[in-house]
Amino acid sequence: MKRPALAAGLALGLIALSGPAFAQAFGVGSYSEQTGEALYQGVCQGCHMPNAKGAVGAGAYPALAENRKLTAKVYPVLVVLRGQKAMPEFGSSFTDAQVANVVNYVRSNFGNHYTDAVTPDEVKTLRASLLPR
Amino acid sequence: MYEAMSSLAYAGESGYTGPPNLSGDVKGASVLILGSGLAGMTSAYELRKAGYKVKILEYQDRPGGRNWSLYGGDTYTELGGFTQNVAFDKGLYLNPGPWRIPYHHYGILHYCKLLKVPLEPFIQSNYNAYVHSTKAFGGKPQRFRHVQADYQGYVAELLAKSTRQNALDQSVTKEDQEILLESLRGWGALDKNYEYRLGEASSERRGYESDPGGGLTSAPTPSQPLGMQDLLRSRLWRSIGAGNGYETQQSLFQPVGGMGMIGKAFGAELKDLIQYNSKVTDIRQDAKGVTVTYHDTKTGGAPRQASADWCICTIPASVLSQIPITVGAPMKAAIDALSYGASVKVGLQFKRRFWEEDENIYGGITYTDQPNSIIAYPNSGYFGGGKGVILGAYAFGSSAYELSSLSPKDRVAKSLEYGANVHPQYMSEFDTGASVAWHRVPWTLGCAGSWTEALRAEHYDDLCALDGRIVLAGEHASRIPAWQEGAVLSALDAIRRLHQRVLAG
Repeated sequence: MKRPALAAGLALGLIALSGPAFAQAFGVGSYSEQTGEALYQGVCQGCHMPNAKGAVGAGAYPALAENRKLTAKVYPVLVVLRGQKAMPEFGSSFTDAQVANVVNYVRSNFGNHYTDAVTPDEVKTLRASLLPR
Repeated sequence: MYEAMSSLAYAGESGYTGPPNLSGDVKGASVLILGSGLAGMTSAYELRKAGYKVKILEYQDRPGGRNWSLYGGDTYTELGGFTQNVAFDKGLYLNPGPWRIPYHHYGILHYCKLLKVPLEPFIQSNYNAYVHSTKAFGGKPQRFRHVQADYQGYVAELLAKSTRQNALDQSVTKEDQEILLESLRGWGALDKNYEYRLGEASSERRGYESDPGGGLTSAPTPSQPLGMQDLLRSRLWRSIGAGNGYETQQSLFQPVGGMGMIGKAFGAELKDLIQYNSKVTDIRQDAKGVTVTYHDTKTGGAPRQASADWCICTIPASVLSQIPITVGAPMKAAIDALSYGASVKVGLQFKRRFWEEDENIYGGITYTDQPNSIIAYPNSGYFGGGKGVILGAYAFGSSAYELSSLSPKDRVAKSLEYGANVHPQYMSEFDTGASVAWHRVPWTLGCAGSWTEALRAEHYDDLCALDGRIVLAGEHASRIPAWQEGAVLSALDAIRRLHQRVLAG
């Protein structure tokens, strides 16, 4: 018997929702924030922290501040779209513009000074290149 | 004897088949268990009983893992260093994680009985609580009872109308249509004309405007149903099925004094086996055994090592994916594939139990379209006066991310703001609050593994397989994710397979 996201939704009180809404229980939804700053402060800083320095417990959230992995703009776009390990994907909830805005915000703040902004069109192309998961 | 009886009672039911039968000579084999949550402690309890040498390494300074309650006097520091000093009154609490146990979660209920953890009813459905939308009925909360009765009544009326207009002739025989009509009248509280309208029939479901009484002032006044169009467009019907799910149908239970009572009792039973404040940094296996490197987070010092013949690892995949571990590529890929969901709970203590005193709501849940999602009332302590702690938010999805991004203090403030739209007493009666955002919990980095059907098809079997001398357990290694039962069943399945391997030599 298959009991996919349904059971998780039930576990967590989302019994009020139906059909595809169950699949949205954990990560997927939509966000009203549009600017990079608003998205960072409304979504990302829950884990990466208000100062973007990450945090360490039994596991860790990586710092985005002064992070050399952000050198190539494609990399953070892919991580946001697909997720990585414990990090959920935001490809199904962020628009191309939201992905571009938040990546550009992080790459030009918190001690990062990358000037080659990513465009929504570039996000769109990258999104299309991903295999469905 | 008790366990033998349990085995019989459970035979053939659900995923739980009674306590595991781990008979046979284990020849002094040792098992190192990582994590003292329910999966780890279930494993330890049963393996010790079967004759294994057992040791548990635990990151925290307490047993239970996500089985956890926050009480007054507790201090909780989330990732980012935000510290809360919980100030609830004695006996009051917030269950940050699991908070209810369905009657058919036989595994966890078995261990509650075994450990003598007293249980009491958890109220899932309260017809006198509210369903609320900021976009309907002027933002005024509606009694669950009214919306439930009216929705059912109108659906019955429409179906009766279709039947009588011969619209169902292709689907239902004439003879059966009579039976259907009879059932719709009863089910929907319709009048003799098969209409759902103001009157005794509908008021026996939705309640009266003024209730029948005694003596000379006893005549009741029926209540006016909500308009059908208003009701449909309100979308409040989204919330009235909440108690219909297999896992939310009555009866449900909660431990007296907080869900964390299970973890405490388990921890006391296994106190000689658990080593707290141990942060695992490396998990290695070879043909002879498993060696785990860990740091003592309290005393510091050089890394230490613990070795055993076998290892049951219950560390959440969110954390485990960051720890070097010698397992095969399929299990590693499975660990790395699982992200962890956001969820936020906020507990609000009020100076008096106004939901009971003013609104006659005793336990159960109010549903709202605001980001706090629900307001859940305490399921015990009725009529005793004094303070009470409400679950003021239980958020998921995008709302949970947004609440997680706030400081604990701001999460409480937001929950008050949302809740005041349902209960105007909120602001004047508020006393103190506490919140847990699961993405900021240092030892899980999320509330539960976010399986999708596709991920499960690709990775689930590899995640659960015995890899050499290591096997994983926990809610993430179950098909009941985010439920405690999943953790227990996962552990029982893992130790049965491990035991078979040990006996096979």
